[in-house]
Amino acid sequence: MDLRFTPEELGFRDEVRAFFRANLPEGIRTKLAEGKKLAKDDIVIWQRILNKKGWAVANWPVEWGGTGWTPVQQYIFQEELQLTPAPQPLGFGVTMVGPVVIAFGSEEQKRRHLPAIANLDVWWCQGFSEPGAGSDLASLRTAAKRDGDYYIVNGQKTWTTLAQHADWIFCLVRTDPQAKKQEGISFLLIDMKTPGVTVRPIITIEGGHEVNEVFFDDAKVPAENLVGQENKGWDYAKYLLGRERTGIARVGLSKERIRRIKELAAMERLGDKPLIEDERFREKLAAVEVELKALEMTQLRVVAAERHRTDNKPDPASSILKIKGSEIQQATTELLMEVVGPYAMPYQPERDDEERWNEPSIGPEWAGPIAPTYFNWRKTSIYGGTNEIQKNIIAKAILGL
Amino acid sequence: MDFDLSDEQRLFKESLERLLGDRYAFEQRKGYGQSPVGWSRDLWAQYAELGLLGLPFPEGYGGAGGGYVETMIAMEAFGRALTLEPFFATVVLGGGFLRHGGGAEQCAELVPKIAEGSLTLAFAHTERHSRYDLADIETKAVRDGSGWVLEGEKGVVLHGDSADKLIVTARTAGARRDRDGVGVFLVDGKADGVSRRGYPTQDGLRAAEIAFAQVRVGSEGVLGEPGAALPLVERVVDEAIAALCAEAVGAMAIMHELTIDYLKTRRQFGREIGSFQILQHRAVDMLIALEQARSMAMFATMMAAEENGAERGNAISAAKVQIGRSGKFVGQQAIQLHGGIGMTMEYKLGHYFKRVTMIDTMFGDADHHLRALARDGASPAAG
Repeated sequence: MDLRFTPEELGFRDEVRAFFRANLPEGIRTKLAEGKKLAKDDIVIWQRILNKKGWAVANWPVEWGGTGWTPVQQYIFQEELQLTPAPQPLGFGVTMVGPVVIAFGSEEQKRRHLPAIANLDVWWCQGFSEPGAGSDLASLRTAAKRDGDYYIVNGQKTWTTLAQHADWIFCLVRTDPQAKKQEGISFLLIDMKTPGVTVRPIITIEGGHEVNEVFFDDAKVPAENLVGQENKGWDYAKYLLGRERTGIARVGLSKERIRRIKELAAMERLGDKPLIEDERFREKLAAVEVELKALEMTQLRVVAAERHRTDNKPDPASSILKIKGSEIQQATTELLMEVVGPYAMPYQPERDDEERWNEPSIGPEWAGPIAPTYFNWRKTSIYGGTNEIQKNIIAKAILGL
Repeated sequence: MDFDLSDEQRLFKESLERLLGDRYAFEQRKGYGQSPVGWSRDLWAQYAELGLLGLPFPEGYGGAGGGYVETMIAMEAFGRALTLEPFFATVVLGGGFLRHGGGAEQCAELVPKIAEGSLTLAFAHTERHSRYDLADIETKAVRDGSGWVLEGEKGVVLHGDSADKLIVTARTAGARRDRDGVGVFLVDGKADGVSRRGYPTQDGLRAAEIAFAQVRVGSEGVLGEPGAALPLVERVVDEAIAALCAEAVGAMAIMHELTIDYLKTRRQFGREIGSFQILQHRAVDMLIALEQARSMAMFATMMAAEENGAERGNAISAAKVQIGRSGKFVGQQAIQLHGGIGMTMEYKLGHYFKRVTMIDTMFGDADHHLRALARDGASPAAG
């Protein structure tokens, strides 16, 4: 048992760090560090830089452009992305639909989609949730009816993140309405330009546009876009959700947030001294840091155990990552609210570069995104399976209750 | 990055767990607790045979040459079995003072005796007013020729009633809370002027209030540098906290296992109570608290070896905060989910709860260490 990184692992970290420092456009880094919205191009530009280096799809098999890194190296790479901070390669392609296509797709699908995912030539979004199928995902009703060489798709998806940028959507659709609910579902790839597909924005409480509704109205989808076998889509979805075990804790992001909290709290004043010197504030911050250190160690336990894994069963420790990770992220957003104080109040929606005002910001220039981030971050204990659903899963799969 | 035990460590863990499995059933434990010293001399001899009592000492002194991971393994197993023997007082605390503050002659004389099981130690440090401040010492040590004379009172000395020798902190100079002027002395438990009042603790162990009236200590009884020994005390206490964290994790793991078993067997309203979602979620919250504590016990084990005292202290404090908070939650909820049966003296659960609760009060509770972190750890410079 040696919980330190080996010299080779430290060397790898330095290499990754140096590459990020030399190649990440400063404007993108600043936006992320200040909690501002990234433009589509920011994400595309960075992923193409990574892809040129061979690092965009680090988690894939080597034959499809993966790196062959160890689980610890994968972890270090993720951690460095979050600490820099740099954008993650687009998850809908790289960690979701890509691995499913690799595992279950046809050769034709692999050749067509995988290189485009890696280079972000094609932007993917995820069509799982529906208005009547949230935590109870398997009750989804969007129907795909086979008609010759096509599926005719009718229904509605919702909470579709960044569908406004998307070229393609991977969907869970019901292909057998008679079967038991998990057994009549298929995994279908749909071009967003297909006639009958429309996207409508959902504005979330902070005022931002991240998520959308996607409507399918007699959309005609070529049958060759079915992944794997018809009515096996639920298994593929479980494979997809089970693979991403450690990224969701976002330890690096919370570390970077804490660094930012300290930086800002040293500038803000409480009475005649900096806020960072207030005992009560420091204790709250220290308590979050303790939880985060524990989560980091828990995450490393999961990462280190990866190499022993022979089945697809989750490590008991991995169950913690989503729940604790989201709670800690939310706690950091609350601390930032405390730092900004009354200048949390002015509502200053972000504008895209082309419509940027010349007016100065109201209050401290860093204050604008803090309250919106706090509001927006309530999503983290809801998406990807609410924390309550996570507890149901743990109770059943790990505790056997 | 590697969380696996070596083959040797796994073997060691298995043999210790086998011994405790055979000899430390809850009913047997009750018997050991009723002996005059409050623990089993027979088991102590078995530990010696297994090499446990020489675990952290260099092989040159008759030790087993184990490191912090071996201590963690042993303490977690002791936590699971809820053992009564003075391993922590003698080997972890006492051994720590010998390893870091003992001279070659002292080690050559004492370590073999510890390893063979013929010498037990206790750390006489806390005073009525000092709470968790390691420098808050009033007991005096006055120069007397080549030796020293001790005068003062120590309290809550774990296993202080039965220990053969006491490791005593005393002030050679300065005022009560000064960092300078602290000395550490090794005193025979039966020396003239030592009076001990032993008593049981809440968790079934033994402790003592000890008075030192003009107790003479020869130069052979000096550990570390008199007047400059506070860093020695801090170092040993940091290692001791890491060990306590592992013990607490063992005890928490048992409380969680007992609770899950109970949820699966207890029936009310015509079904297992574990089928109720509110209890399932509580059990998951307990698991999370346990795993976070386990992670921090491992972190403390790793950081116990850190030479930089400030960095080590921060890490150990963070671990103790997590252990204290997790222990309280897991313990309270284990009792709650068991209902009435959890409240009974004859069921083992409550005894684990009491042990974990007392661990929080040893060398600083969660609030104490959180305050320490807030003071030293949360500054931008340290971030």
